Amino acid sequence: MSLVARSLGAAGLIGSAARGTISIPHIDYLSILPELIMLGGAVLMLAASSLVRARMSPATATGWAVTTAGAALVASLVQWYEVGAHGPKVTVAGAVAFDGFSVLVTVLVSSATLVALLATHGWLGREQVHGPEMPVLMMVSATGAMLMGAANDLIVVFLGLEILSIALYVLAAFDHRREASGEAALKYFILGAFSSAVFVYGIAFVYGATGTSNIPQIADFLARNVLLHQGLLLAGLALLLVGFCFKIAAVPFHMWTPDVYQGSPSPVTGFMAAVAKIGGFAALLRVFVSSFGLLRADWQPAIWVIAAVTLLFGAVVALVQRDIKRMLAYSSINHAGFVLLGLEAATARGVSASLYYLFAYAFMALGSFAVVTFVGGQGDSRHDLGSYRGLGHRHPWLAASFTVLLLSQAGIPFTTGFLAKLSVVEAAASAHSVPLAAIAMVSAVVAAFFYLGVVRLMWSPAPAGSEIPAPVTASVTASAGGGEVAPAADAVSDPGGDPAGASDLPGDLGAAPSPVPAAAAIAIAICVGVTVVFGIVPAPLLDFAHKATLLIG
Amino acid sequence: MSVPGAWYLGLSVILFSIGALGVLVRRNVLVMFMCVELMLNAANLALVTFSRMLDDIGGQALVFFVLVVAAAEVVVGLGIVVAIFRRRRDTTADDLHVLKG
Repeated sequence: MSLVARSLGAAGLIGSAARGTISIPHIDYLSILPELIMLGGAVLMLAASSLVRARMSPATATGWAVTTAGAALVASLVQWYEVGAHGPKVTVAGAVAFDGFSVLVTVLVSSATLVALLATHGWLGREQVHGPEMPVLMMVSATGAMLMGAANDLIVVFLGLEILSIALYVLAAFDHRREASGEAALKYFILGAFSSAVFVYGIAFVYGATGTSNIPQIADFLARNVLLHQGLLLAGLALLLVGFCFKIAAVPFHMWTPDVYQGSPSPVTGFMAAVAKIGGFAALLRVFVSSFGLLRADWQPAIWVIAAVTLLFGAVVALVQRDIKRMLAYSSINHAGFVLLGLEAATARGVSASLYYLFAYAFMALGSFAVVTFVGGQGDSRHDLGSYRGLGHRHPWLAASFTVLLLSQAGIPFTTGFLAKLSVVEAAASAHSVPLAAIAMVSAVVAAFFYLGVVRLMWSPAPAGSEIPAPVTASVTASAGGGEVAPAADAVSDPGGDPAGASDLPGDLGAAPSPVPAAAAIAIAICVGVTVVFGIVPAPLLDFAHKATLLIG
Repeated sequence: MSVPGAWYLGLSVILFSIGALGVLVRRNVLVMFMCVELMLNAANLALVTFSRMLDDIGGQALVFFVLVVAAAEVVVGLGIVVAIFRRRRDTTADDLHVLKG
């Protein structure tokens, strides 16, 4: 496939010199249709809003964006049948791959974006954020993630990474009323730009060592040549790995994650946790397994160590967090370790297990952060664990949904989270990485503690003397309760910050708890539905991931 | 006079190291930005050098992509810096301490 692409490219170049005409590469538009829809929808929305005098209302903005994401999802499902019928191929002069892997990533990104947009809607209304910017930036960012999944050339991976990241930097800074939001954006930006520079340097080294930046051509080169001096290539590989590890938040390149997750607006955090991780892992899996598969003996030990440290560090540090967003940030680091397990196996089974894990993880993360967005209340400030005490009595359905999502993250049977953990551990064990699989299971047990801590807090009775507990009372009770509460309940919120937060919230302190916005309820319902339905009937999704892996071009 | 390609690579490694070190040790956000730019341009220099050594135009084409992305990144980065430091006296990263735990 790649050889054909290369010879076609060369023929085009020679032909153009001879005849004075320029032959352009053939572009198969179906293979980039979801990207075009997503980007086109975003650009049209910006154009339309600048032509109309009134600020676009949240309902219009969300409606437009959700329709666009839905259209991209339909287009990617059409792609799936096309790939199944006619097999994988490369297009746009070998820069973009069109195969099962790319289509699965596209399906996943567009559905995750759809859910994230719905979850954002309630926030837009509550914080009185009008205008199209936030959905537009999310759609642009999603385009970057799709491009990373379809990239067949290292420079396209880089472009996808930057489209994804630059939009996310702005999204992180979006809540200009909270100082933390800007700080999160700046931290994310500096470390993101740093990791991109490292990544580009890695591309330069790999290009210098192999003479190409095309992913299949690199694999071809390595299959046909034995390098006498591997130093340059391995240095490039290491730099690429560091760049990716920043993006997927693997230890020791994770330090930005808790701060950025905590500071960004909650719906943005959910989007970031799902889509940025999907994009990063998609490119990481393709580059390492397909380009550098022959060098696996060189990179597997590095991934082994990174995966082990990521699994344990994420789970242990999450135990002591008092802020739900920081806790979920460390939990996402732990999840990244599990996905790395599939990469470390470096087998088709491992890749398909990783893809399945990403699928399960994306919906668990989106649903959890949708709940966090709602509980955060106006000003997006109530994120200490005390705010979750008694949630089961105020919002039984919301608490039940959050319980399902947390149990799934912990890996309880009959959820996608359980099957995802099972399949990556199985893949690792069958690839003779039994110690790593054991570490993964230990980390899952540790992680279960803090997930169950939140669940217990939600269903524990509301503090006496207050039917609708404000964070102040919740935290006072938690500190008074002392030893008998779960470790998570030791989380005492900052007493200085809470009265201000509570005084902003006369509605929440009244008799009736405020209802969950309809769009957010739909988003949470979708996430819970995916988690439970595919947990009980796993065959379709497992099959999807398996076929996608077999169809790598 | 001809200069061996390895010299350019050496220069690129030096520039990249200065940039990386600068991001890690300097505390002024604007200086950190400049250091990131230095790293990206070190990568560009390496790409062009390899492109000459391999006699392949591909590497030089990649440089354009990197340049465009670097420009876009600076625009967004400076926008964020302006938005944050409008309310502050100087652009020192150590002053950012709302988020920790």
